[in-house]
Amino acid sequence: MRHVISILVQNKFGVLARISGLISARGFNIDSLTVGETEDTKISRMIIVVHGDDPVIEQIIKQLRRLVDTIKVMDLAEGKYVERELLLAKIEATPAKRLEILQIANVFGAKIMDMTGKDIIMELAAEVGKVDALIAILKPYGIRELARTGSVALARGGAAQVQAAAGATASGINTL
Amino acid sequence: MQPAPAPEAATKMKGADILEEALVREGVEVIFGYPGGASMEIHQSLTRKARIRVVLPRHEQGGGFAAQGYARVTGKVGVALATSGPGATNLATPIADAKLDSIPLVAITGQVPTPVIGRDAFQETDVVGFSRTLTKHNYMVTDVNDLARIVKEAFHIASTGRPGPVLIDIPKNVQQAHTIPNFDEPMDLPGYRPPREPNPAQVRAAAQAIAESERPVLYIGGGCIHSEAHDALIRLAERCNIPVVSTVMGLGCFPSNHPLFFDMLGMHGSVYANWAVSRADLLIAAGVRFDDRVTGKVSEFAKHGKIIHIDIDASEINKNKPVQIPIVADARLALEAILALAKPKDHRDWISQIEEEKKKFPYKYDTQEKDILPQFVLAELNGLIEGRNVIITMGVGQHQMWAAQWLKMRTPRTFLSSSGLGSMGFGYPAALGAKLGRPNFEVVDVDGDGSFLMNIQELATAYAENIPVKALILNNRHLGMVVQWEDRFYEAKRAQTFIGDPNNPEQDYPDFTAIAAACKIPGRHVTRKGDVRPALEEMLAARTPYVLDVSVKYTEHVLPMIPAGKTFADTIYE
Repeated sequence: MRHVISILVQNKFGVLARISGLISARGFNIDSLTVGETEDTKISRMIIVVHGDDPVIEQIIKQLRRLVDTIKVMDLAEGKYVERELLLAKIEATPAKRLEILQIANVFGAKIMDMTGKDIIMELAAEVGKVDALIAILKPYGIRELARTGSVALARGGAAQVQAAAGATASGINTL
Repeated sequence: MQPAPAPEAATKMKGADILEEALVREGVEVIFGYPGGASMEIHQSLTRKARIRVVLPRHEQGGGFAAQGYARVTGKVGVALATSGPGATNLATPIADAKLDSIPLVAITGQVPTPVIGRDAFQETDVVGFSRTLTKHNYMVTDVNDLARIVKEAFHIASTGRPGPVLIDIPKNVQQAHTIPNFDEPMDLPGYRPPREPNPAQVRAAAQAIAESERPVLYIGGGCIHSEAHDALIRLAERCNIPVVSTVMGLGCFPSNHPLFFDMLGMHGSVYANWAVSRADLLIAAGVRFDDRVTGKVSEFAKHGKIIHIDIDASEINKNKPVQIPIVADARLALEAILALAKPKDHRDWISQIEEEKKKFPYKYDTQEKDILPQFVLAELNGLIEGRNVIITMGVGQHQMWAAQWLKMRTPRTFLSSSGLGSMGFGYPAALGAKLGRPNFEVVDVDGDGSFLMNIQELATAYAENIPVKALILNNRHLGMVVQWEDRFYEAKRAQTFIGDPNNPEQDYPDFTAIAAACKIPGRHVTRKGDVRPALEEMLAARTPYVLDVSVKYTEHVLPMIPAGKTFADTIYE
């Protein structure tokens, strides 16, 4: 089963290596991993997409929680969440095909970021399935280069987690 | 320790002095440190202030194991100090060892100055990189203003929750930088919240399961020692008449002379302990991790009943063995909470069945054998130390398993073994640290000739630092445990398992008493059975370090044995 794991971590050097190292050392395979600052610059959010059986996912989550630098680990697949991925795709676009490609972009809601006599770079921010679908449709036209960010995601509703985590940081409390 | 005098307000201090002050504030009494270019600032500071004893091991690995020995007997954080590069990599084994056995350890390493980090400077190694998976947590201090807080965090992380090793890597220019330190800066660990109190609903479920059980067994391990669960265990076992079996890590936690104690379980555990676990309808696993050396084929282990698993580390639950009643908590607090709900129970039939098994399949050896058997030496030693204040350390291999079988420890923190990582060479340096932690105890390293040779240089430390610990070498001129596996599984074909003198295979080699003498340490070499007991008495009576080298037969196997990945039904007894 596919799981989207959201991790709030202290924004310290080495933390990305700790998390990716933990996952690779135990032979877990990652589909994607993204990391970026949250509204609090001391805290980053990582989104890891991973496939695995429930016991495997249970172990990943427990191991992640065990790291000193992780503040909160959630399996978003347990509830409702919004997930988006950004795609940049450079497509061969000779004048003869250009209109067709632009129509496809329009249907998918992709933006055109660059256009030359030979190619087009388009951008799509969408669910992973829609990104996959666009890539499949563009393939026959000739994909020159492709860059995907991997998923970012947020749970729907619920409390503001970063603020709660930041509160704990500010007070320096370690609730034992 | 005297409380540290507060440094004058608003006075700039050097990084190395800030570290020294922070260590004093953590209550550090002794550090095992080997200096080098990147760590000598710290040694200079420690020596100038003279508030912490600095023991100079003769190899950083010895220093790391000595720090562990100190930690294992006191429950306090052990501290090892090494320089950059090879100093740090030599600490890798004791650090990894502390991780697997959950020993509180702070390792401090000097590092090359920050401007040359990443340039392959002399004695540069990426220490935070290589130690990341070996430690519970690690730090590189890049700003002297963080130093005091990081030391506080390191000791907190090492000693709370599931204890473990924390490494602090300090570049030389940070040791030399000056700042006004703030020793009261709060820790910045928002994500570190180790559990303590058990969940009441889980405690009720556990108490109910105990009340319903006809054939319960307590399976105890290192977590019971770390959490000081000694008394709670005895009270729970006695109130509900629950037989107790232990891992190597748990030995000593439950008194070995207690009628409810049925010795060690696992690969070389007693037949009756493994029999009881295989028949139990309830296994109360406290501070253990269902290691493969305990369970054998894990799907067959304790499969006839429910399992209560108490562990402070949530990731241990369901890691190796799915359990019905997990309790993520401090083992002592969990056992006390269960005890508060537990009603007296009688399991006379169940216990007498285990006693029957014990009569049928005791630990045994050929007492009529004319030559010296290693088990005989340990049985004799046990007779001399039983009930006395003695701490046993050991290396890894056959002698370790025989020590676990034949030495009957009665109090926690007296049986020190590299159990998870299985590091040969652990015994003697660990004994040095243990003696400093508990000077009123006689400390004996029960060792094999292979293991002892791995850190034999620490004899010089024992002499120079005047630490009177004893080494009892069960010398069989072989790597006995590997020989045993060769005999059982490789048609007795020897492959680099003979470590004696190729030109004179029957003679003990090297001459350990001569090496001891070269280090100005007395010793004795024993080859006749009748000399064993007087020699042991002489060793125990010595006021100095002492090396007793006993020539034993190499053909003995550690039995019983459940081969790796097999089940109780596959036990080899003869």
